[in-house]
Amino acid sequence: MTAINPDTGGQPAKREPWEDYTHQHHWRNGADEFDAAKLGMWLFLATEVLLFSGFFCAYFVFRMQFPENWHEASRYYLSWEIGFANTCVLLLSSFTVVLAIRAAQLGKKSHILFWLLITQLCAGFFLVVKLGWEYWPKIVKDELPGANFAYGERAAHVLEHAAANGIDQAVAMNEVARDHIFLSLYWVTTATHGVHVLVGMIVFAWCMYRAWRGHYGPKNYIMLENCGLYWHIVDIIWIFVFPLYYLV
Amino acid sequence: MSHHDVSYLAPKETGWKTIWSWIFTVDHKKIGVMYLAAVLLAFLLGGIFAIALRLELWEPVKTLADGTVTGQVLDLGAGATANNWYNRAFTLHGTVMVFLFIIPSIPASLGNIFLPIMLGAKDVAFPKLNLFSWYVYVFGGLFALYAILAGGVETGWTFYTPYSSTTEWGSVTAMVLGAFILGFSSIFTGMNFIATVHKLRTPGMGWFDMPLFVWALYATSIIQVLATPVLGITLLFIVFERMFQVGVFDPALGGDPVLFQHFFWFYSHPAVYIMILPGFGVISEMIAVHCQKKLFGYKAIAFSSIAIAAISFLVWGHHMFTSETPAANAIFSALTFLVAIPTAIKVFNWIATMYKASIAINTPMLYVMAFLFCFTIGGLTGPPLATLAVDIHLHDTYFVVAHFHYVMMGGTVLAFIGALHHWWPKIFGKMYNEFWGMMGCTLVFVGFNVTFFTQFFLGTQGMPRRYATYIEEFTSLHQISTIGSLILALGLFVHLGNFILSLVSGPKAPRNPWGGLTFEWEADAPPVEHNFPKEPVIVHGPYDYGTVTPPHTNPGEFPLNDERPSA
Repeated sequence: MTAINPDTGGQPAKREPWEDYTHQHHWRNGADEFDAAKLGMWLFLATEVLLFSGFFCAYFVFRMQFPENWHEASRYYLSWEIGFANTCVLLLSSFTVVLAIRAAQLGKKSHILFWLLITQLCAGFFLVVKLGWEYWPKIVKDELPGANFAYGERAAHVLEHAAANGIDQAVAMNEVARDHIFLSLYWVTTATHGVHVLVGMIVFAWCMYRAWRGHYGPKNYIMLENCGLYWHIVDIIWIFVFPLYYLV
Repeated sequence: MSHHDVSYLAPKETGWKTIWSWIFTVDHKKIGVMYLAAVLLAFLLGGIFAIALRLELWEPVKTLADGTVTGQVLDLGAGATANNWYNRAFTLHGTVMVFLFIIPSIPASLGNIFLPIMLGAKDVAFPKLNLFSWYVYVFGGLFALYAILAGGVETGWTFYTPYSSTTEWGSVTAMVLGAFILGFSSIFTGMNFIATVHKLRTPGMGWFDMPLFVWALYATSIIQVLATPVLGITLLFIVFERMFQVGVFDPALGGDPVLFQHFFWFYSHPAVYIMILPGFGVISEMIAVHCQKKLFGYKAIAFSSIAIAAISFLVWGHHMFTSETPAANAIFSALTFLVAIPTAIKVFNWIATMYKASIAINTPMLYVMAFLFCFTIGGLTGPPLATLAVDIHLHDTYFVVAHFHYVMMGGTVLAFIGALHHWWPKIFGKMYNEFWGMMGCTLVFVGFNVTFFTQFFLGTQGMPRRYATYIEEFTSLHQISTIGSLILALGLFVHLGNFILSLVSGPKAPRNPWGGLTFEWEADAPPVEHNFPKEPVIVHGPYDYGTVTPPHTNPGEFPLNDERPSA
């Protein structure tokens, strides 16, 4: 390709690195390399699912033991509106990352950068909401995991409700006695998920740099595609976390 | 000369460049050799702890009438009692041996070196990830080392809660994080091997043309990828418990300690097969080569590896027969018996291969036979433990200790040392001394059986595991076991000396000293940087002994079937 670029005063257009990409030397052809990279990523996604399965397994064990308590705790501590907003931005970002991959397949560098930037903004929005509107108010009120948990306003709320309805105070408090386990699991699950979102942002920052340097195009977009797959699993895990914690 | 005809071990122009070429290598052979060095170092460390345990158990701890205490060997002070030191020694023995030695032992060292070569490939699918996994391993190992130096750990390698999540002793958090990091190394190796097997077989090589070591590594990799993340989350939970008191496993906070056991064994039982399957793989290779006979039941051996991998996920509950409901116990007991079937298929096939074969007597084959003897004992003591009524008596006794050492050490470690001899000439291009190899094998075999057979008796008589002392009646059995462990250690040092001597002054190895037919015997000894000068072509099966003349051998050195004198 020796197209004349009018913007550079008749000089030949600079070749982007992806145009010369074939495959790493230990591969027989580019197709094998592409398939292997994708297979490797799917295997990694399997490990991610299994990692989070530990959280979900613990969730079901304790929810089956204390179903009422979990219902109450979810209503009291978590706001479904915030969770819903975050679900929406994550779903949107899953869509934009696909558009970035599509742009790479079509060789439109500026589009790759644009859609990755939107993805980054969505991820950033998610984390800011998580930290500012969910974690911080809980930290202030000592609604922390396990032994660090304090009933605080929740106890006052429950006792007030008990007095108004003629329920024995001890019985009422007994019903909320497992709040800290609900919150423990909420904290560790969402924090681990949040770390995954953060890792996703770092990875996409690297992708943006590589895209800017012209590494992605129709001949070479597997890294972008694999990062997109990772982003989808982070999204899908949240799709399970949201109803299980916010909507019970 | 280009990199197409230079040994991968050849030094570069300058010393610095040579060092550089190792620490930043993406060559699977160099990474395999670095893994080999690392796991052998871990084996030494774990072995030192083992000998410390056996020395403490030389005599029971007794308090005499005048108040003096006798029989304490590990009284090293530093604010801890002899019992604390004993607890640390058995915990670190277990942790180092399991996470740092035996899990990466065969796959990450020999597997790394030979999987691509056996497939006729230049490298594994993801060479950089391969190097990264080695650094992750070293990083995790440093965490473990820090934990050992900063007070050690007393929880046992199983880290049972709530003790592990609440104890103030030592540095549990560092050790648990170390094991968590090591898990990633294992996952990366597994992913790499699966993708390599799928995508880098030489053109024309179908699944049933692959050597059985590759099948075994494939099955192992599946378990590594699917089980290790569950250990990861379990260990992460312990760290959360210790740092934030989340209380999921702590009954004082309303948590469930048995949940921890389920999580832990959901990984750690399949992990047992991560440890043993590669051992099965190398035994299949060695037995065919050193018997010069087509392997009996190739497909049965290949599929039994996959069957073991599948069943391994269904039997974790048999570690918890004393803490589960009777219904769960019955199910897990029945499922556990299933494992015996594919395992027995393998053993029968190996023995059938040896039948009427021309068996070479050398160090690798001696190890194969030692393996068959010891592993069969280890395997057959499994069903009694899977039997509920018997297990209630034997649970947490030396019978269990002897059982899993017969499987892990008598199985995997014997296979590993045998395979190291088998492939040593190929990896380093030097021969080892056969006499001292066989001598070492004899010492290891005798020492191993003396150490651990006695422990079956101790276990049936009620000696519980993890105690620094015992009743006087057990003294002589414990002393026999300790003597055995010293013979075993001596045998291992004979091997070490033999290997070092081979590296320093061993004669140059021929390309195919045993008459093997798989691709690695076509390569140079040691192989060139890209394994083969040009891509090998598959013209015969991996075990067509007796009908195909092995490459690079002299005529008549390995006679074909019709050249052999008829019986």
